[in-house]
Amino acid sequence: MIIRRNFEEQLSELQEDLIRLGRFVQEAHGKAMDALVRQDLALAKQVIVDDDFADDITFGIMARTTQLLALQQPMARDLRFVAASLKIVTDLERIGDHASDIGKVTRSLAGQSYAKPPVDLPQLSSMACKMVGDALHSFVQHDIKLAVQVARDDDAVDDLCEEIQREMMDVMRSDSSRVEQATRLLLAARALERVADHATNIAEQVYYVETGELRPLAREEHNHALFASLGLEESDWKTHQRRSTDNGQNSP
Amino acid sequence: MNTSSISNLADKAMPEPSTRKAEAPSARNSTPQFNVAMAAAGEQNATPVIVEAEKVDLFYGTKQALKSVSIPFHQNTISALIGPSGCGKSTFLRCLNRMNDLIEGCRTEGEVTLSGENIYAKSVDTVMLRQRVGMVFQKPNPFPMAIWDNIAYGPRLRGIKNKAVLGEIVEESLRGAALWDEVKDDLKKSALGLSGGQQQRLCIARALATKPEVLLMDEPCSALDPISTLKIEELMRELRSAYTIVIVTHNMQQAARVSDTTAFFLLGELIERGASAKMFTDPSDKRTEDYITGRFG
Repeated sequence: MIIRRNFEEQLSELQEDLIRLGRFVQEAHGKAMDALVRQDLALAKQVIVDDDFADDITFGIMARTTQLLALQQPMARDLRFVAASLKIVTDLERIGDHASDIGKVTRSLAGQSYAKPPVDLPQLSSMACKMVGDALHSFVQHDIKLAVQVARDDDAVDDLCEEIQREMMDVMRSDSSRVEQATRLLLAARALERVADHATNIAEQVYYVETGELRPLAREEHNHALFASLGLEESDWKTHQRRSTDNGQNSP
Repeated sequence: MNTSSISNLADKAMPEPSTRKAEAPSARNSTPQFNVAMAAAGEQNATPVIVEAEKVDLFYGTKQALKSVSIPFHQNTISALIGPSGCGKSTFLRCLNRMNDLIEGCRTEGEVTLSGENIYAKSVDTVMLRQRVGMVFQKPNPFPMAIWDNIAYGPRLRGIKNKAVLGEIVEESLRGAALWDEVKDDLKKSALGLSGGQQQRLCIARALATKPEVLLMDEPCSALDPISTLKIEELMRELRSAYTIVIVTHNMQQAARVSDTTAFFLLGELIERGASAKMFTDPSDKRTEDYITGRFG
């Protein structure tokens, strides 16, 4: 028997709002990368302007969360859920900011031809966005394994980001006229690396909601042990990683 | 314990700074998990046990109201007993100073010790016991007499007749109950003229006058307004340094605010007991979770 129907409804509305914001920032990243690759200035500008909408949803969620705390005094799992929501909304909002950052990179490179067509950046973007999608999926589905996997996937993002950095530095060394362009693209790579970090933060919050334990999933050595304890094989996550890099756009 | 000092939050609940420092270098290599419960669990071990209930069964006639309840209460801590009406929490509280003896047909089995001595032993004088284990009730119940006489009542019963000594006890007790400043000029006035919150603090002062070791509080704030409630809660936190407090409350937020440990009762059974920080963020038992999140039923 559900006693606190009103409260339950408010909790699920809060979750829906978070998912809505999550979808929005994921789409923003899809558009931002599309604009960067095709050098579509209008689309890049739209991404930058639309970020205001993400901010509005964020404030709405924060107000709702504070209200829930004040009026319903949640306890135990509910309390963890509401506390985690406050953290998750901030991570999502930052992820949105990074889409806008990439839009600004595109804007600053208007009219310049690329040294070579960007391939790694779209790849990095889809990997990071998949992590965001998976993190939100684990949130909705109470899926701890998926949350842990998200944190694991962060390594691949870091590796690719590293690779892009090396490549950009090579470009700078070989052609000084490309320094500005390479620097801007480096910033885009950095923004995407941060997106993956925020996805990992969300995964950690999901883990907290589900287990009551605040655990730094991002630290690899711990993640490794945890991964094994959840009955996941090393090969599982490699397959998963491959899938995540092969895939294009993802949504929860 | 593999608790690392990941968060400053942990500091408050950690047992001792010295142990924490010793653990810190290795923490990096051990499994880093911050669990409020594990951290807070250390706190209740810091002081010795003063009252201990061991497998207490209680029957009202043939009806069993408590089923093998065992709880140790540590010195200078506040323990909250929570649970739905009829779960046995007040009955259990009253076991701790044998108030149930006054109920006809009530039979208690098992053992309750106060500083190691069984309070249910035949040799125990219950009047003396209740001086050592004082009680404050749901509704303020001052005696219909002057404020001064209310407080002096217990000590007089103990044979103290010297007015100066009694006066000292009265002042000390009223100060202890954070009431002195409000009533010091009206000590000869009737206690019944005080507000509800003041009356309840008077009752606490009256309990303190017999110099108890343990204070039992049976929903001490349920008849009070929010401000008086906060005053009593603040007072409890102050009294904690000198007394051990056990409180029964229906108000979960109150239990969370004031207590160090919380015990959850259901149908006469102790379901779960632990550090309040753990109980209200991450209880172990599904029934506790359902009750404190309001999904009970």
